[in-house]
Amino acid sequence: MSEPAVRLDRVSKSFAGRKVLDELSFDIPPARAFCLLGRSGTGKSVALRHIIGLVRPDAGKVFVEGREITSLDRRGLADVRKRMGFLFQNAALFDSMTVGDNVAFPMRRHTDWTERDIRERATRKLADVGLERDYDKMPAELSGGMQKRAGLARAMALDPSILLVDEPSAGLDPMTSAEIDQLLVERKKQGTTLVVVTHNIPGARMIGDELAMLNEGRIVARGTADDLDRSDDPLVQAFMRSEGGG
Amino acid sequence: MQTLPVTDRVGSFVLACFEWAGALAAFGGRALVEAFRPPYEGSEILRHLYQFGARSAPLILTSGFAIGVVLSLHTRASLERFGAQAMIPAGLAIALIRETGPLTAGLLVSGRVGAGIGAELGAMKVTEQIDALEANAVDAFKFLAVTRILACMIAMPLLVILIDFAGIFGGYVAEAVASGMPWRLYFERSFLLIGYSDFVPATFKTVVFGFLIGCVSCYLGFTTSRGTEGVGDASTRSVVASSILIILADVLLVKLIFFFYPQVSA
Repeated sequence: MSEPAVRLDRVSKSFAGRKVLDELSFDIPPARAFCLLGRSGTGKSVALRHIIGLVRPDAGKVFVEGREITSLDRRGLADVRKRMGFLFQNAALFDSMTVGDNVAFPMRRHTDWTERDIRERATRKLADVGLERDYDKMPAELSGGMQKRAGLARAMALDPSILLVDEPSAGLDPMTSAEIDQLLVERKKQGTTLVVVTHNIPGARMIGDELAMLNEGRIVARGTADDLDRSDDPLVQAFMRSEGGG
Repeated sequence: MQTLPVTDRVGSFVLACFEWAGALAAFGGRALVEAFRPPYEGSEILRHLYQFGARSAPLILTSGFAIGVVLSLHTRASLERFGAQAMIPAGLAIALIRETGPLTAGLLVSGRVGAGIGAELGAMKVTEQIDALEANAVDAFKFLAVTRILACMIAMPLLVILIDFAGIFGGYVAEAVASGMPWRLYFERSFLLIGYSDFVPATFKTVVFGFLIGCVSCYLGFTTSRGTEGVGDASTRSVVASSILIILADVLLVKLIFFFYPQVSA
């Protein structure tokens, strides 16, 4: 059996005395899409940030492609991060750079490709998300949905094996949200492991091979969308019947 | 019994100040260590050097010129009483080069650059751009803070040279209008009493000013919270804290200069 792409082993985390993650454990096989569901403030984004080492756990361990990242130094962590992409909730594009330079940024930092190669590849990444004409625009000139797509292009710049996505549909209209979801499905088909934090149920049904419902820092239900539909837990039932938020 | 809460509050304030100073010192110490470790981010340092140095030049030149004019007017009014107008160029140059130029440049840069760094990094923090750098396997501290601190340290002495010359030129213009002194004579008299020990320590002490401006504003930017309100706060506090620290550091540095260059105090 292949090693999980991501594994959290009894991870706990508190902020200002409030327990956000309570011995959270899950593992995600490679090239699968795992959707973490739950109400706002249940620790979904914190769990995602643990996977890329932006937050260190108070207790427990995080494994990425078999490597335990909680004890890694800065250089070791950087090596792991080069194999991952992260799409932030608000895209977090660098506002002092053009959209193209945002996408080219990881290439310039971590490859020895020529400037011409980098521009070509960045343009191709932008074309994948339908923004090839916006290479020289500044992020502030883009709509929220376009910024998110540019953020996705940047996250995919180095063709990472694992893509972490924080609330892909937050603040977007249903059509743009469905476009982002479709882009994520395409990434999954190309073999990328997806970890998606969302409270958008239609999106999770479309993307996720497996869904997990988080409540008070623990997983209360886990399985396929059908499994969760059949759950007896009233919270899971209420959540799965909702349309979720954009 | 009623004084206890007041002492508690004063105690808490003092402790908070020490805590802040300790965290700032740790931040600055880390920046100094990281500056010697690869990657050196040369292009980022150059970019910031242009932003902080070249783009501050008009402000520095204008201010220096005005200070030169004003100092010349004041010095003339005082020295005329003793019939010592001939000393105006030398007196003005010594005042400018030893103290007025470096301190004014430090305070101007803390206002222009410190506020900018505090606001820029604060905005990056609240919009998760700093996290995005880390997620892209880039050391955000090194990329954002160390490069800015080094750029401030390099820019400061260069800006001081500009303000010194602008000030001396301003003094000449004022003197030429008041007495018709020819420019050659004015500049000869300006540099008559200026030695290596007047110029070098006074100019290079501003490397410390640059370090303080960079450290304080980067630290406040990195520790911003509370959204846009926090960004504004980081910007304002960057200017206030770096200005105070520059003035305090200046006292210590002047004492140090007097110790190592006794002829300066003579």
